[in-house]
Parts: sequence; structure tokens; C-alpha cells
Amino acid sequence: MDLLDQLADTFFNWEEMAKVIPALLMVGLPNTLILAVASGIFGSLLGLALAMMGISRNAGARWVARIYTDIFRGLPAILVILVIGIGLSPIAREITGSRNPYPLGILALTLIAAAYIGEIFRSGIQSVEKGQLEASRALGFSYGSSMRLVVVPQGIRRVLPALVNQFISLLKDSSLVFMLGLAASDREIFRIGNDAMANTGNLSPLVAAGVLYLILTVPLTHFVNFIDNRLRTGKPEKKEPDELAAPIGKGAQA
Amino acid sequence: MTEFASGTLTGKNLHLSFGHNHVLRGIDLHVEKGTTASVIGPSGSGKSTLLRVMNRLIEPDQGDILLDGRSVLKDNPDELRQRIGMVFQQFNLFPHKTVVDNVSLALRKLRKLSKEQARAEALEQLDLVGLKHKADSRPANLSGGQQQRVAIARALAMKPEVMFFDEATSALDPELVKGVLALMADLAKGGMTMVVVTHEMGFSRNVSDTVTFMDAGVVVESGPPEQIFTAPRTDRLKGFLSDVL
Repeated sequence: MDLLDQLADTFFNWEEMAKVIPALLMVGLPNTLILAVASGIFGSLLGLALAMMGISRNAGARWVARIYTDIFRGLPAILVILVIGIGLSPIAREITGSRNPYPLGILALTLIAAAYIGEIFRSGIQSVEKGQLEASRALGFSYGSSMRLVVVPQGIRRVLPALVNQFISLLKDSSLVFMLGLAASDREIFRIGNDAMANTGNLSPLVAAGVLYLILTVPLTHFVNFIDNRLRTGKPEKKEPDELAAPIGKGAQA
Repeated sequence: MTEFASGTLTGKNLHLSFGHNHVLRGIDLHVEKGTTASVIGPSGSGKSTLLRVMNRLIEPDQGDILLDGRSVLKDNPDELRQRIGMVFQQFNLFPHKTVVDNVSLALRKLRKLSKEQARAEALEQLDLVGLKHKADSRPANLSGGQQQRVAIARALAMKPEVMFFDEATSALDPELVKGVLALMADLAKGGMTMVVVTHEMGFSRNVSDTVTFMDAGVVVESGPPEQIFTAPRTDRLKGFLSDVL
């Protein structure tokens, strides 16, 4: 049973876990959330702009969106984070006067997320029936207003599950900013677990970090399933036969 | 049914091509104020395209469109479409909005009415089509006939001068057709100028003032319904009527 004890100590050393949990919760959690939420919001905004460009009637705009998406979807996240985080750091230091790598980390994560989110939005918007745009234009709305009021809201609704999946992925990818070198107070969940692991030679702090990630991501996954289901079946509401038709026909529920 | 501030609509020598496909080949259509013109013909004859050209959802390659005798080709097309209501075969209600919001959306955003005012006007229009009690339902929870009546209310809310109906009953179950046709007949009686693309020969014959028979992008024959349905002059119209009647 020595081997089992050894494994248990390697992964589930409660003492080591207990030591790292305060830092995970007080420092790592807020930092991870800052990275993921900020790049999620900026990535969605940039992604929406890319989606609109991608379906634009202007060929130039379509090309820009296409090339952007190909580049940032085609590169490993860690490479983009390193190139942006290190390459632009002199400029960032000039502008902000700070060595904090977060602005550049958020920028890199935003650029990557926008490429994926742009494709998600585009597919959603394009899945909206042409008749919706036509009906809106027939009422007198311009193309822009029709997109904003009628087409885009429906398109986004359809891809909410894919969008939440992307947020989950972003939450995990936020761990990669540790590559940029973080001051103690800037460390996110993974880096804190990793440092503690390196100091103690015990994997339990990383397991604790993993559990914290799961606490964040698993509810999101189930939230996806919930909205996916809700979007498929809709809110339950009782259908009633057409009163005008009822005396004529059998009161169909078309 | 209330009276409408309707207008006279004229299409002159309208041409439209999609690539090599010459869809409209010089269409003339005149709809006098307060009258109903129905457009009949086989599928693919360009009837639905004609409607989309007349409200400039598609710009014609050639020809002119006049509303009350004035050319509207130089106007802002969005403003023109506010003056022409359109009802579609597939209803095209906005599924993410409630019934009353479908009707009030254009009132709020284009007519710039306050939320309360737009809702009040929308409810009035819904009452007119007998669906006020469905105001807060979603379109998906309505029958096809109800959806189409909401679509008509949505178009009427903008107080259009002309109404277009593009095969408005073709997607409906047979027992739901009657309610929609009755509503359309009411509008016609109320003095709305209407252009009705339809496969409902009974409606065309009994409600419309003029009937236009189109085939392959041209107007083959037009005239009052008695003439078109009882004394067709061309073989093409005779053949079409014997196919559909």
C-alpha cells in the first residue's frame, strides 16, 4: 500500500492544499476572473464587429475579417500571448507607466477570443431567415436598424450555447498569461498552484487549482445545456386554437 | 373597418434581371386609390418580385414607380417603404418579440412614439384583427392564421397608403385561410389600396377591382375580374385558368 499512500500524498495532501487555498481564492480567483471577463467582453465586442464585416456587402470589409480570423484562429494561444505580451510591452510601459502585464494579456486573449466569437456570431446571424431582414426592411427600417433590432438579436440568441463554450475556453486560456511573468499579487489561479507545486514538490496545490477551475467551468457547462434546451423547446406555453378559424374548421394548431 | 388615407400606385415599364435571368420584362401596373388589384399567374412568373420592386426592396433596372402621380425612385427607399405595408407568405413575424412588440416596433423606432403610445396604438391595431388578447404571447404560440393577422396589423400600424400581400394565405392550413381572406376583404372594402399576389382565385374574382395575369415576366392580360375569369382572350390565360379552377 506504500504506492497508494504515495499517490494520495502526491495529489491529495490536504495540508499543502490548505496552505495554498487562501492565495487561490484571494489572489488567483479575482485575477483569473479579471482576465477572463475583460477579454470576454472586449472579445465579444470585437467579435461582433468582425461578424458584421464578415457578412458585409463590402468585399474589403469581408476580406479584413476573413484574414483576421484565419490568423488568430490559426495560431496557438500561447504564441499570441507571448508575442503580444513581450513585443508590445515597451509601448505599454510608455503609455501606462506600469510593468503590469495584464493589459497586454487581456489584449492578446481578446484578439484570440474575437476570432472565434466573430465566427460564432457570423454563423448565428447568417442562420436567421432572409424573411426577417426583408420584413424589417419592408416596414421601413434601414439595413443597419434591421440588423440591430431584428436580425442580430435573433442570431446571437441562437449561438448562446457556443458563446458560453467560448467563455469557458477563455477562462482556461487565461492561465497562459503566466508566461509573461507575474508579480506575486498578479498571479492567477494556475500560476499560484504552479508556484506552490514548485516550492513544495507536491502536486496537491495544482490539484486544488484544478478544482477551483472546475468550480468555475462546470456550472457554466451546465448553464449551456440549460439554455440550449430552453432555446430548442422554448418556454412552455399553452397553445390555443384559432378562434376565428374554429367555427370554420377544426381549430388547427398550425 | 376605418377609412384609410390610401394612395394611387403606378408601375411603369418595370424591368429587372438577375444576371441572364430577365425576371420582369416591362411590367405596367396601375392601382387606383382605394382599389384592389390582384396579380395572378403561374409560379416563377415574377409576381412576388414585382411587389418587391414596387416597394424598392429590389431596385428596378429600368422603369418608374409613382405614388399619387409622383415618381418615388429618387426618394429614400426606407421612407417609401414606410408608406407601403407588406404581408408575406411566411408571415415573418419577429419571433424574439411579443405580438404587441412586433406591431409597435416600427411605431417606436420610426414614428418615434413613446413606449406607452406605441403600445396603445399597437393594441388598437391588434383589436382590429381580433387578436388583442394575444398581445403578450410570442408569435410561435399562435396559429398560422393568427400570425398572419398579426403581420397584417403590424403593416397597418404604420398607416400605409398601399398594402402589398404576397401570397398571404399560401402557407396556411386550409381552415385558417378564410379568416385571413375575410380580413383582407374588409381592408379592401374600407378603401385601402391593395396589390394582392394570390393563388386564391375566389378572392381575386370576388374582391379585387382589377386582375392582372402575369406569365414569364410580362403582363399577359389585365382587366376587371368578370372579363378575366369569364372571357379570357389569350390562350395562356385560358390555359392557366383551366389548370387552377
